[in-house]
Amino acid sequence: MSDPRPNRYQLGPDVVEVQRAPEPGVGRSFYRAFRETLRGLKTTLGRFAEGTVTIQYPEEKTPVYPRFRGRHKLHKFEAEIDGTAGLEKCVGCSLCAAACPADCIRVVAADNDPENPTSAGERYAAVYEINLARCIFCGYCELACPFDAITLGHDYELSDYNRSDLIFTKDMLLDEPAERTPLRREGE
Amino acid sequence: MTAAAATIAAPVAEVGFNEPVLAQILIAVIVFAVMLQLVPMLLIAERKLLGRFQGRYGPNRVGPFGALQPLVDIVKLAAKEDFAPRTASKAVFVIAPVIALFTAIATTAIIPFGDTRSDGLFGADYGLYGIDVSIGILYAFAFGAIAFYGLMLGGWASGSKYSFLGAMRSAAQLISYELAAGLSLIGVVMMSGSLSLTAIVREQSDMWFVVPQFAGFLIFTIASFAETNRAPFDLVEADAELVAGYQTEYGGMRFASFMMAEYMNMITFSGIATAMFLGGWHGPGPGWLDPFWVLAKMIGFLILFIWVRATLPRLRYDQLMSFGWKVLVPLATLNLVVTAILVVAL
Repeated sequence: MSDPRPNRYQLGPDVVEVQRAPEPGVGRSFYRAFRETLRGLKTTLGRFAEGTVTIQYPEEKTPVYPRFRGRHKLHKFEAEIDGTAGLEKCVGCSLCAAACPADCIRVVAADNDPENPTSAGERYAAVYEINLARCIFCGYCELACPFDAITLGHDYELSDYNRSDLIFTKDMLLDEPAERTPLRREGE
Repeated sequence: MTAAAATIAAPVAEVGFNEPVLAQILIAVIVFAVMLQLVPMLLIAERKLLGRFQGRYGPNRVGPFGALQPLVDIVKLAAKEDFAPRTASKAVFVIAPVIALFTAIATTAIIPFGDTRSDGLFGADYGLYGIDVSIGILYAFAFGAIAFYGLMLGGWASGSKYSFLGAMRSAAQLISYELAAGLSLIGVVMMSGSLSLTAIVREQSDMWFVVPQFAGFLIFTIASFAETNRAPFDLVEADAELVAGYQTEYGGMRFASFMMAEYMNMITFSGIATAMFLGGWHGPGPGWLDPFWVLAKMIGFLILFIWVRATLPRLRYDQLMSFGWKVLVPLATLNLVVTAILVVAL
């Protein structure tokens, strides 16, 4: 069904002419409308047969990938990994606060008591607060930290009734977070 | 007197017996209760099925499997404020949903659930239907025409442009498709020689009318989608364009009345389709199964309503009109003429 007239516009080789089906007659258009309707009904019935894809959220949760960036965690030295236990890894250097694009980390450092040190370095973080209402979960703090003291965990259920409740203090960040989020295996 | 009676050789439909008043009341209560209970079941079935057609569950929080969802919805609507816009004509605004609901419920009376029986309820014959009027199907269309006042007045009295637009659309749509629906049923009426629904069902004991009147059945099905404002002809409500059409300004129980009228209309139309085309109470099994056959066929037709709603997109307004007048009405007329020729010839 090509146009018999000569092509007055030189089309480039990348231009593909639109192929149109012949205009249907009355009978054919009825048949086509009927057939397409039935095809649509078959499609929806197929969805019905496939079953649901819903995840019933509060009861079931979407598993996250291992590298998912959720709520932050502060770490302490652990005996089985590091030999010593109990000391905080954070030395209060404030590099995380400097790296933070959302300016949500506040660190106030203080000198360690030599007799009873809080952290492994000279100083420790006397105040360590993350305002999770501002945090964009970019993970720059994790990258900036020279001692791997702060990492981003998997918890994404972070809603609360007050904005002030979203300012996480050092104790909250050091605490083992409630494992509320299922983890996907690598490659799943 | 006798001469006049003789000229009318065969009456269009003959009831031929009188039910005792007690039987009438009992049957009316049963029919009313069953039909009314179908509405919430249809509501939850529609939402569940629509969900399944879209790969989700639908409501499943209230009660077992979400079965109490309609109850909660109704309680919520009943608790709402009885509100009318400042620009509304208050009296008409209040009366419109009453008209819609009244006509919708009145129409359900003619759906036959079983044949006339003589096994002695209060010592007389009785029929498993609300009424068996001799004008039968015309009664349904008469009430359908009154029901249309409900939508029209409701839209007009709201004093809102969206309501008015929705009402105008519903006026145009209902008039065009009522014609096609009526014409498609005349083929069945001609084949059975009666307007009474029970007589029509009795005629179908050998073969359901859906076989010889398949074109009529298709036209009636499509027209009933439009008559009940269902997708793909739901541009009376067209939630994306008109908010909710004629019921935009309605809230609370008035809105619930409109919705209920709409669902009752769906049930009525599936009942009429069952009686006219799908053989009514005919089906295998003992006689006491008859009402259940009718219910099963009606539910099948209602599932078709929901299935189509899950499938087809809404028509444009001009498409709706041209489809009604240029396709459905000529087709229905052709079906009518062919049936008339065949009925006379055979």
